[in-house]
Amino acid sequence: MSELLDKYREIAGEDVVHHLIQLAQPLRGMKIIHVNSTREGGGVAEILHKLVPLMKTLDLDVRWEVIKGNQVFFQCTKGFHNALQGFSVGISPNMLENYEKTNMENAEELRQALEEADLVFIHDPQPAYLIEACPNRRGKWIWRCHIDCSRPYRPIWKYLKKIVQKYDASIFSLAEFAQALPHPQYLIPPSIDPLSEKNIDLPQEEIDAVFTRFNLNPDLPLIVQVSRFDRFKDPLGVIEAYRMVKKFVPLQLVLAGGSASDDPEGKVVLDEVLRAANGEPDIHVLALPPDSHRTINALQRASDIVLQKSIKEGFGLTVAEAMWKGKPVIGGDTGGIRLQVIDHFTGFKVRTPEGAALRIRYLLHRRDTLEAMGLRARRLVSENFLVTRHLRDYLALMIGIISGLEDRIDVARWRS
Amino acid sequence: MDDYNEEKNPLTEPFHMRDCALVAMATGFRAQNLREFRYGLLNVPEGSIYHHFWGRFLEPQFDEPEYNNDFAAWAYHGLHEKALAERLSVIDPTEFDETESLRQEIVEKVEERLDEYEYIPWAQADKQFHFIKSQIVVLDTGKQIQTPEELPRAVASMSLGSIFYHFIDSRRRTEDKIDDFNAWLIGWGDRYIELRQKLAAIDPYFSSLKELRRDLTVLFGNYFQESQGK
Repeated sequence: MSELLDKYREIAGEDVVHHLIQLAQPLRGMKIIHVNSTREGGGVAEILHKLVPLMKTLDLDVRWEVIKGNQVFFQCTKGFHNALQGFSVGISPNMLENYEKTNMENAEELRQALEEADLVFIHDPQPAYLIEACPNRRGKWIWRCHIDCSRPYRPIWKYLKKIVQKYDASIFSLAEFAQALPHPQYLIPPSIDPLSEKNIDLPQEEIDAVFTRFNLNPDLPLIVQVSRFDRFKDPLGVIEAYRMVKKFVPLQLVLAGGSASDDPEGKVVLDEVLRAANGEPDIHVLALPPDSHRTINALQRASDIVLQKSIKEGFGLTVAEAMWKGKPVIGGDTGGIRLQVIDHFTGFKVRTPEGAALRIRYLLHRRDTLEAMGLRARRLVSENFLVTRHLRDYLALMIGIISGLEDRIDVARWRS
Repeated sequence: MDDYNEEKNPLTEPFHMRDCALVAMATGFRAQNLREFRYGLLNVPEGSIYHHFWGRFLEPQFDEPEYNNDFAAWAYHGLHEKALAERLSVIDPTEFDETESLRQEIVEKVEERLDEYEYIPWAQADKQFHFIKSQIVVLDTGKQIQTPEELPRAVASMSLGSIFYHFIDSRRRTEDKIDDFNAWLIGWGDRYIELRQKLAAIDPYFSSLKELRRDLTVLFGNYFQESQGK
């Protein structure tokens, strides 16, 4: 137990780890289950890969279950995802039927554990319908929405709301995402893990090696956007911004995207990006396998500026990742990026390719400002967006829900 | 005060250092224009009014905030209402004994601005004001001090959460609405009355937690250094 905690102690400090131990104590012996729809790829799986082992390290009885589904199921849930982000999406009754049936089938395996659990965290819409399949649940069920659903497409939200309102509480990443629901809604921003392959310090040789591996020019400024090939991440807008800067400053662009097993649209968008790049030698489109964490880490560290020019964003973990590596971020003025990118302090929020181009030129022209912003960016992440803070919020929430939602929870008193 | 002195043996009452974290929760109220803002202000739980004045202390921030509470910041950044932002920003919550009277003061400022206008100021759809409240989770650091002379060193090493708990949150908990250090020093009778007066003069509202920790450390440090010299 202590070895992992010792590592976090080194990074986050003694007090932070002491808080976690205190908060975990009243929860010992309770059965906690997290359920989502993919073990690899995407921010949710990444967060669970960290939170679950950490909870175990704190002697909590925690499990992570993953539901299975066919292609139609994931098309439907991708439709949910897009609809929650505000896009008008048509989902046929057959697809909804398949969605419900798939959840019911998964429940056959999971029902007993879910109904016996004290706390069940259901992540995103994919497994949300499980609650319908578990009528004899004895614990508290919490729906964790990782998506920017500030202005959802109403017909789909109407369907999902009927399901979600059966939960005892929900969690959103930002206040803007919260919806009118008849239960408490917690606001917990996600986090990054400083000890993960994607964020640990790397030897300089490993960082330098990405230049050779991906045929990058070590003498040119490098701007990088790391994210799934998804229209909401606006990779085409990034290419547009790059071309505007290129007229004045020589530079190179890397668009590095992973893929997730629950995202069937990724290939379509990747093709669009390749067409837009049109074989230009200084645009490097990298479709990386989902486990390329060290490569992404090295690319972010090798960059001068990191972009996350999303037009919709749940939170934007890649922003915190880049900031942790001391990079200023030029991000879309949306969702959780607003919480991380503080204009003129940790980077710039932009709404257009033109805005991104302007800020890229500004930072490349003022290296001292770029460096200073990078330092502040790291500090902001260190104080607010590490997994230790995230876990603390989850533990506090669990105590809060169990103790009856009082405004003040005195852990020492509650424990006794 | 004399009663304290007679009834309590300060040596048996150590100062327990606590820490805290806020868990934010949505209230379900949001505003896109000034009238909706007024409605929200009138109807949100008291905890939300408190959160938007004090919760920001534990949120990500850099250097000097432009405005001193979330309401003022939104009036400017959301509604582009500089005059209202200034009027809201100058409200010092420490001047109000009850959150209800603080709420009425904010509403008064908003209504005053509404009266001045022939149209209702609006914010963009993605710049709405979201009323938030928070649960405070109180933690025990396991540390305690026995005498006031230990305060300078103890405060210097306190986390920002501890500073928030003992210097800001305390005003909601203590009978006299004072900070915990001051409340603890009362147990020593009149001995530390000068120090308590200096403590009471620190206005937490216009500082950050880091500045408060620094100011308190300096205050305690200077006080005990001077008293040693006497």
